[in-house]
Amino acid sequence: MNKVFANADEAIFDIPDNATLMVGGFGLCGIPENCITAMVKKGIKGLTCISNNAGVDNFGLGLLLQNRQIIKMISSYVGENEEFERQMLSGELEVDLIPQGSLAERCRAGGAGIPAFYTPAGYGTEIAYGKEVKIFNGKPHILESALQADFALVKAWKGDTLGNLVFKATARNFNEVMAMAGKITIVEVEELVQPGELDPNFIHVPGIFVQRIFQGVNYEKRIEQRTVRPNPTPN
Amino acid sequence: MLDKTGIAKRIAQELRDGWYVNLGIGIPTLVANYVPDGMQVEFQSENGILGMGPFPFEGDEDPDLINAGKQTVTLKAGAAIFDSSMSFAMIRGQHIQLTVLGAMEVSHNGDIANWKIPGKMVKGMGGAMDLVASANNIIVAMMHTDKAGNSKLLPHCQLPLTGVSCVKKVVTNLAVLDIENGSFILRERAPGVSVEEIVKATAGQLIVPDVVPEMKL
Repeated sequence: MNKVFANADEAIFDIPDNATLMVGGFGLCGIPENCITAMVKKGIKGLTCISNNAGVDNFGLGLLLQNRQIIKMISSYVGENEEFERQMLSGELEVDLIPQGSLAERCRAGGAGIPAFYTPAGYGTEIAYGKEVKIFNGKPHILESALQADFALVKAWKGDTLGNLVFKATARNFNEVMAMAGKITIVEVEELVQPGELDPNFIHVPGIFVQRIFQGVNYEKRIEQRTVRPNPTPN
Repeated sequence: MLDKTGIAKRIAQELRDGWYVNLGIGIPTLVANYVPDGMQVEFQSENGILGMGPFPFEGDEDPDLINAGKQTVTLKAGAAIFDSSMSFAMIRGQHIQLTVLGAMEVSHNGDIANWKIPGKMVKGMGGAMDLVASANNIIVAMMHTDKAGNSKLLPHCQLPLTGVSCVKKVVTNLAVLDIENGSFILRERAPGVSVEEIVKATAGQLIVPDVVPEMKL
């Protein structure tokens, strides 16, 4: 079993045009920067991307949007991206907006063999159109289906060569459930280690969900909203 | 009349010791600055934090540690980190005691609209639909009227809904109002604001009790 690839270009070698991808991250936090760069370089077109957000104009998935490589986005929040909004309002880009919790659970379900589930989120709103409604405990719920992807692109902090993963802080976000829901899950890590170096008690994603892993390089980790408080004045 | 800080201060009076609280983007985020002394409240951020702390000191920002508004934050001692599906398990499973969020419109039966203006602005609902569909205790923080002076407290929301019959309390720059049995009920006036001004700025059904005290901040 060899899951280790040399770099992003090699790890994404067989992603075809018109593929459906899951892309981890929340805003610009925990996004697979290396894989996105490699896809821009390779020019893969007609992509459907399932990702909580769509990056910003010149970073993250925004890079693929600028290049018109994405034809459909499935997301929960897409503010902070003017090019995205322009393509959506003009109809160039198909957009399916779904509640964030439903997005996470639909990915989890896709990886966990649950074809569909009922949730209260979105009942009575336009996202419930055409969906089955059922009352449980006196409260209406809508039926949401599982999501899967041809490829899931995931960013982790550390991973071993068997694909066991550990995330850092809130860079974990959607990466965990998307790793589960990819038919082929490609993971880039800041630190690739040997089996035994990660404590089995603190693995976030077991390697069974991971098909490919590589050591990422040159992480920019751009901050979207830098908010600080003044340093205490020494006295 | 209250400014945004005043609205946050008034909402902070609704906090109770031991509560887990989710604060939305904008005015709600400010509530965290006014937790009463001696009270322990844990803030949940739906991107995967329980026990969110204040903004970092300059130079301590960590790009891997942000809140749901994508702002750099810190963790309090005893904080926990989790993935997005676990986060919404807390929310849908009603383990959160209070949700505070902003709105573009609220109706007198507790409907809320805050995610879309057709043809103009579509940012998405983020976690708002999950939050409002599940929470038992939702407070909306917003201005009483829009920039053109139109009421945001309506008989029926005009914009696409985020959730139905879910808002229980609204705190605006003019007033504190409860929502019960299909009506806004005026509970408190902001400092210097008359009942008449509030009546004029409220388009939905409004019940005005005999005595409407001024808020204490």
